[in-house]
Amino acid sequence: MPMSYFIGLSVVMFAMGILGVLLRRNPLVVFMSLELMFNSANLLFVAFSAYHQVLDGQLFVFFVMTTAAAEVAVGLALIVAIFKAKRTIDLDQMSSLKG
Amino acid sequence: MSLGLIFMYAALALVVVISGVGLITSRNAIYAALFLVLNFITVALLYIALGAPFIALAQVTVYAGSIMVLFLFVIMLLGAEQLPIAEPLRGQRVLGILLAVAFLAEMMLFVMLRGAPTIAGQAVSPEFSTPATIGMLLFERYLLPFEMTAGILLAATVGAVFMTRQPRPEHKSALPAVREEGQE
Repeated sequence: MPMSYFIGLSVVMFAMGILGVLLRRNPLVVFMSLELMFNSANLLFVAFSAYHQVLDGQLFVFFVMTTAAAEVAVGLALIVAIFKAKRTIDLDQMSSLKG
Repeated sequence: MSLGLIFMYAALALVVVISGVGLITSRNAIYAALFLVLNFITVALLYIALGAPFIALAQVTVYAGSIMVLFLFVIMLLGAEQLPIAEPLRGQRVLGILLAVAFLAEMMLFVMLRGAPTIAGQAVSPEFSTPATIGMLLFERYLLPFEMTAGILLAATVGAVFMTRQPRPEHKSALPAVREEGQE
């Protein structure tokens, strides 16, 4: 399959992730959109790894996965802590720093 | 390329796009999570087609398995399936869509002007990405990043436990009955 297929698919996935981060007010869905963006980057890593016949791209997918797992653990803990403090997780309600 | 192969790739791309749209449009966060699982599994199929079966299996077990279970668990723990529909910030939706479309156009333009490789790469051999070769590369050339990710995971685990712990009562020996008496 030509590389442009994978590049186009990855770009579309990344744009959908950006749309989700910008539009949704549920922080859990925002995190899922972030995962979608990680996923599109991973797809490009694997596609170029196969294209150039170099295995290093696939290694980077592993590092992205572990970092994403750490990020999800910390992010979900933050959401739970915010929910305990404010009794809501609506992102638009988190305006304590607004002057 | 045979017609069946083109059809398969088109169907996979269609499923990826539809599940992504479902993720960002579904009102219920549980449905969004399930759409994301579908997306991950479809991308894992693309990984297999690209000659990376080990990555595909890691994707299914780590992403579609454990991370999404964590998401669903937190959604159900907080009861955060649905938020009120009312939009407090005016113009946010229009601006967000505009920015996302601008990004998409920019990237498409970049890829076209930059001249993406349109030819297909030669098919990878089955020995290209066996777990053995990946493990050799991981523990030889990428040993330091590997150890660093271990540190990141440990720090994240400790941080998650620290942030969600219950505040410890100041005097462990204080009896609840005495406290109630004092309050009265």
